[in-house]
Amino acid sequence: MLNRRTLLTATAGALAAPAVARAQETPGVTASEIRIGNTMPYSGPASAYGSIGRSHQHFFRMINDQGGIAGRKINFITYDDGYSPPKTVEQTRRLVEQDKVAFLFNPLGTASNSAILRYVNQRKVPHLFLSTGADKWGNYQDTPWTIGWQPSYRTEAQIYMKHMLEQRPNAKLALLYQNDDFGKDYVTGVRDILGSRFDSIVRTVSHEATDPTIDSQVVSLQSSGADVLLTATTPKFAAQTIRRVADVGWKPLHYLTNVSISVGTVMEPAGPERGIGIITSAYLKDPTDPGWANDAGMNQWRAFMQKYIPDGDMKDGSFPFAFGVASTLMQVLKQCEGNFSRESIMRQAANIKALEVPTLLPGILVNTAPDNFHPIRHMQLQKWSGTTWERFGGVIEGAKV
Amino acid sequence: MSASENVAIPATIPQAVPVRRGMPAWQVALVVLGGLVVAIAPAFVLESFPLFQLTMAVIMGLAVLGLNMVTGFNGQISLGHGAFFALGAYATAILMSHLDWSFWATLPVSAAVCGLVGYGIGFPALRLGGLYLALTTFSLAVAVPQILKHKSIEDWTGGVQGLFLVKPDAPAWMPGGLSADQWMYFVAIGVSGVCFLLCWNLIRGRIGRALMATRDHPTAAEAMGMDTATLKTRAFAVSAMVTGIAGSLSAVAVEFVAPDSFSLMVSITLFVGMVVGGVASILGSLFGGLFVLFVPNIAEAISKAAPGVIYGILLIAFLFILPDGFAGLLRRIAARLRGRG
Repeated sequence: MLNRRTLLTATAGALAAPAVARAQETPGVTASEIRIGNTMPYSGPASAYGSIGRSHQHFFRMINDQGGIAGRKINFITYDDGYSPPKTVEQTRRLVEQDKVAFLFNPLGTASNSAILRYVNQRKVPHLFLSTGADKWGNYQDTPWTIGWQPSYRTEAQIYMKHMLEQRPNAKLALLYQNDDFGKDYVTGVRDILGSRFDSIVRTVSHEATDPTIDSQVVSLQSSGADVLLTATTPKFAAQTIRRVADVGWKPLHYLTNVSISVGTVMEPAGPERGIGIITSAYLKDPTDPGWANDAGMNQWRAFMQKYIPDGDMKDGSFPFAFGVASTLMQVLKQCEGNFSRESIMRQAANIKALEVPTLLPGILVNTAPDNFHPIRHMQLQKWSGTTWERFGGVIEGAKV
Repeated sequence: MSASENVAIPATIPQAVPVRRGMPAWQVALVVLGGLVVAIAPAFVLESFPLFQLTMAVIMGLAVLGLNMVTGFNGQISLGHGAFFALGAYATAILMSHLDWSFWATLPVSAAVCGLVGYGIGFPALRLGGLYLALTTFSLAVAVPQILKHKSIEDWTGGVQGLFLVKPDAPAWMPGGLSADQWMYFVAIGVSGVCFLLCWNLIRGRIGRALMATRDHPTAAEAMGMDTATLKTRAFAVSAMVTGIAGSLSAVAVEFVAPDSFSLMVSITLFVGMVVGGVASILGSLFGGLFVLFVPNIAEAISKAAPGVIYGILLIAFLFILPDGFAGLLRRIAARLRGRG
């Protein structure tokens, strides 16, 4: 009985732990610290992305070791939301109301961020550099406190279209997309570039994420007589598409969303030789690419990994991503010059000028303005050689819309 | 409910049940008053975030109560109550965001829809016992998030984007200018309080005894003239209705619904809440709600690297310490007090 009682007391104690929070003028900023809030799926279906949050914790530890920012240490508070939107709402309210963070940085997930979008904008809490590729985070008119980071799916589609029009001005395009937010962003991007020509040169076919195969979609696209194919779908269907296109003897110029370019889950299952010539895009330096062995930016990242996350998987692309987005945040905080009010932080987040980030491809710069909430708008194309993705050509900018 | 007409229990049975010793009226009044104070005080003591958490815990408790009605009291294992929770939430969200209904007007609709669907699910449940029923309801929980995304209903459900809605504001006649969070808390405890009272009433009457008899010994129950088929389907309907109402409350408290909000984990969470709170216990359901909301946060505070492992350990620890749930603990304490008295 003693054990039982002790455990119960301990639990009761943990439950009753008082919430200490001091009222102050600028929430989360004192003379000695800045509090930053974040939510991540450390558990649940997307827990593989938890390494982004892990990287951030160590990144800010590094910043503190180097003396912090404007004389203040960074207190990075990150909570698990299990990739569940109601949990994200709960954890975000805990961050804002109880922990009194100055702002939110890099919360992950499209649905999770959608769930807190209105809350943070009503409360005017900066909601910076989200980990999601949806296009709506660039909507500076309606949600002025929210800004994305990575190139949106829409920007990516614009870049493919620019390249296509350059290569084949009289192309007929077949567009295969998954019928959800993700897939529809590509349709919007294609329309941005083609405009009134969209209806005459594009044949679109969609599929559901729950469909067993997309064989019939591929056949109907082929019969439309198109000579270019843009595949905007998730890995399983991308592998099926590559295989099916090769099997029916169709040889279009094939663009593939960079969501589905994993060698292990797409290219190998599809058959590496079937995919030769497929074009996709990139904006981050691939940690497995031997071309970056002596790159200054990647060396900086590797030094950070060795010192602060020695057991981290050096092949995991989440780490260079996290390093890049955290570096962008440091630039914003530097530009604040000690004025860490929420207005000032948001003003500087929308005032980044041609920032070079160590883990972004050369020539891809971070730019924001009060009327540009898409920090990364450039990408470089890469082609499947049968064994790896090989970058080619210069960086291409998405359309200004 | 009208099930009672079909359940003929011989008049001698009630005498066999030990009659509860009546408390003096002043004691009853004291207990009711104490309960009200405990329920209302947090709204004025807590800051808005802990109050929001408590609101969510009460809502989860109500959802667990729904599950308890069918699994705890009627012995039909359901691993798919997340589906009813989602259905209730979406019923409210669709009516509020597309048709601009007030929250209160959506509650009966949501309850009716969930009740009907629950009644429908109750029929296959008659033919499937135990584990097979658990698997069938489980598949329901798997299917619901995907059905919500389907393009034929996307205009209504908002697809993967989900729907936004707004918390009901405190009515103007309320004194003192309640904040939206305080009012939401009162809405949650008000609605939940009514549901708990109705369920308690249902369970301690003859229908409740019939439900438990059907659970404990269906053949004997049938031999005594109970229409077990009707009882089971109606129990499912009531249960789905209660969980659906909790779903409605959660939709307005969170102000957002999306298919990702109602993954399989919701059903499992409700099941965990029921077992931890106490199977076949009305008040235990409330503790179950508190557990499923607060314990994951404690687990995360202990370890960010593996919150799931810590949660698992805490869960096992709770089951070890309280093998019959919180309700069992309360029962033991009450028994000891009575023994001393």
